[in-house]
Amino acid sequence: MANTAEKHHDPLFRIVKRDDMPQWKAWIIRGITILVGFLLVGILSMLITEKSLLESYEVMFTGVFGRLLEGKTTMLWKYLQEIAILLALALALTPAFKMKFWNCGAEGQALMGGLASIYCMINFGERLSTPALFAIIIVTSIVAGAIWGLIPAVFKALFNTNETLFTLMMNYIATQIIAYYVYIEGGGSNVINPVSYGNFPSVGGNDYFVNIVTVAAITVIMFIYLKYSKQGYEISVVGESQNTARYVGINVKKVIIRTMAISGALCGVTGMLLVAGKDHSINTNLVGGQGFTAILMSWLGQFNPFIMVIMTAIVIFLKIGVSKVADASHLNSSFSEIIVGIVILMLVGCEFFIHYSIKFRHSKKEVKA
Amino acid sequence: MTKQPAIELKNITKTFGKVVANKNVNLTAYRGEILSILGENGSGKTTLMNMISGIYFPDEGQIYIDEKEASITSPKDAFKYKIGMIHQHFKLVDVFTAAENIILGIEDGKYNLKASTEEIKKISNQYGFDLNPEKKIYTMSVSEKQTVEIIKVLYRGADILILDEPTAVLTPQETEKLFSILRRMRDDGKCIIIITHKLHEVLSLSDRVAVLRKGEYVGTVNTAETNESQLTEMMVGEKVDLNIKRNDPKNTTDRLVVNSITCVDRMGTTVLDNVSFTAKSGEILGIAGIAGSGQRELLESIAGLQRLEYGDIFYFDPKTGKKESLRDKTPVQIRHMGVRLSFVPEDRLGMGLVGNMDIVDNMMLRSYTKGNIFLKRKQPKDLALKIIKDLEVVTPSASTPVRRLSGGNVQKVLVGREIAASPTVLMVAYPVRGLDINSSYMIYNLLNQQKEQGVAIIFVGEDLDVLLELCDKIMVIGSGRITGIVDARTATKDEIGLLMTKAKEDGKENNNG
Repeated sequence: MANTAEKHHDPLFRIVKRDDMPQWKAWIIRGITILVGFLLVGILSMLITEKSLLESYEVMFTGVFGRLLEGKTTMLWKYLQEIAILLALALALTPAFKMKFWNCGAEGQALMGGLASIYCMINFGERLSTPALFAIIIVTSIVAGAIWGLIPAVFKALFNTNETLFTLMMNYIATQIIAYYVYIEGGGSNVINPVSYGNFPSVGGNDYFVNIVTVAAITVIMFIYLKYSKQGYEISVVGESQNTARYVGINVKKVIIRTMAISGALCGVTGMLLVAGKDHSINTNLVGGQGFTAILMSWLGQFNPFIMVIMTAIVIFLKIGVSKVADASHLNSSFSEIIVGIVILMLVGCEFFIHYSIKFRHSKKEVKA
Repeated sequence: MTKQPAIELKNITKTFGKVVANKNVNLTAYRGEILSILGENGSGKTTLMNMISGIYFPDEGQIYIDEKEASITSPKDAFKYKIGMIHQHFKLVDVFTAAENIILGIEDGKYNLKASTEEIKKISNQYGFDLNPEKKIYTMSVSEKQTVEIIKVLYRGADILILDEPTAVLTPQETEKLFSILRRMRDDGKCIIIITHKLHEVLSLSDRVAVLRKGEYVGTVNTAETNESQLTEMMVGEKVDLNIKRNDPKNTTDRLVVNSITCVDRMGTTVLDNVSFTAKSGEILGIAGIAGSGQRELLESIAGLQRLEYGDIFYFDPKTGKKESLRDKTPVQIRHMGVRLSFVPEDRLGMGLVGNMDIVDNMMLRSYTKGNIFLKRKQPKDLALKIIKDLEVVTPSASTPVRRLSGGNVQKVLVGREIAASPTVLMVAYPVRGLDINSSYMIYNLLNQQKEQGVAIIFVGEDLDVLLELCDKIMVIGSGRITGIVDARTATKDEIGLLMTKAKEDGKENNNG
């Protein structure tokens, strides 16, 4: 074997593109990857914190879900709230991504939506009735996010600028605007005290109810929009082939601009949820990098809103759970970020095995002349 | 004279995923002969030759060069065995001269452009090439570029030459010239292998023909002892009637009048120069020309996808008899005016269809704007099922992404959709490119049916034999200008070939004067 191989200079292994794998099989691979990921998380936690495997998992689960069996649901609602925010950002990016417009500006677009909310809360809070205040918060944050999404879209449509760089740069501008606003409003203290006007009401003693229900609704609407509406269809056609779109008479520029307005607006809504539904204040770290994690969530969810729900639930579980493990052992938060990063990398990496298979040399049939 | 085998293939098999590209192929090519590899599109001709030239490595089987077993793992190895392949798509550096391209990549430690140029001139003279080694590639015509590619492999000392579809881009005159050069090389003792699917070329050029069908080796015959119908039968596996029927046009009226239009592209180059013609109902108007002479821009102008600098396009409505201008209209506006214009563009998956969508969603491309904000998939689905049935589209189901279908089936889906819109003007660009013989004839039949129904058809083609057999009139375009409109029933291939290059020669005279 070794001899013939040397004589033929046959490569050790070859990477072969698979025929399309059936969906159920692909999901089994992804499922296994997630399970292996969980196991790895446990083992790493065990090694670093010197607790047993079971103990680590226990810390993780109680950290995320709290004492559910004792009827305490506070932690669960917090978990759902975190899922809601990440999911909302992922949903916002999805129409743009389906159009192959790489919107990396969810951070900035959400920050601008948040800025609009806090501005209304501070300046109109005392003067307007609560319904009127909510109305104006909703409208201005949608508009603010949409504008931040529209600027790169217009440049893309008219001058074909690179949207990835453009949207990234817009993030920095947004961050600086927020920093400046906080400086002015906070009187140089770099902190805005929580505003008591325009806070979303708590329902049944649960502060995050409005946020969670809003995002649940957006999830369903986005699914229908992408799959069953004409605009969703146009987005797919433009994303797959701009020339085909042009040949059937779709106005490609209009679709790019319209879709980015939607994407930006939804990011703006997320900013509003963070400000009016959670923090009641603002700082430059409002979104906290979730705008970038959301890019991955949209991809891992294969642009399907319902799959994104599962993916965000897993990632947020790891994020909270592992940080609890880290807390319990006096490690800093980097530990949980590393772990989440590893699991996401595994999820991305498993796609390779779904699309390609590896054939080793010995699997080749030998033919003697 | 005893024949010396130059290259022998034994039991060669190559698979890509589930697709078997070559299965147990046995083949011998001798020195001093021209061997044609004949087969339909997708029969594995190019894969087989790529294994000889080191681009792929066979899964099974052996290759023998000069009766010794050879292992060819890279194009460099191939040159070591004096094998040179001229690909269908040229691989040249545009801003370099011919000579620079020819010596590119030779690692012998010397760089002597002068000596190399002399050597290139010697090769040119020996075989009768007409090439200026100092000319830059980007100023060259397609046939000159091909010459550079051929000399490139000769310069490296190749004596087994493989040419992949070398005539696809040439005019009849250029083809004849290439053939005489190839014959001279054969007489010099080289082994020439040419890949083709054009029967008359096989018969006029080669000594022997090897036929492949669906990746399998069918057999080799001596050219002198065979004929077109036997070769077709070997290629397709059944008897095929190669005649295209052509009825005389009936009740023709002017349908589309193009009146001296001029178009300029983004770079400011004139791509269409004062083009005028009339397309009549019940008639097939062929458009011939070297690739990239303005064919695409012409069709796009009519479809409302190109801005006209000058001129106008008029449409005569068959119902009302009204004359309407299509100038400065978008495709949607043209559709709303009631102009039933169908278009089968050259790039099926890049311009006509969406590869990742299924057949139903691709049907919807043309009709989705009707109704409220939600999509209705019922009608497109019925249409998809009807087209699958009527045009015998081979597909697992109507919800299979079209990119997974074969070229012929993709084209059937596209043509089916465009015809289903019951057009009054039907434009098709290279509709049988890459299609197998049976699918090609189905497309010709569909076009003929449309012609019978009084549709004005504009057919942009590359195979002059087909244009001459199918069309009623042939318009020749060269460098964006119309160089002639001839009657397809009386014109000859040579006549059209000369018209194809006429614009360029006119241009040269202008530059000189």
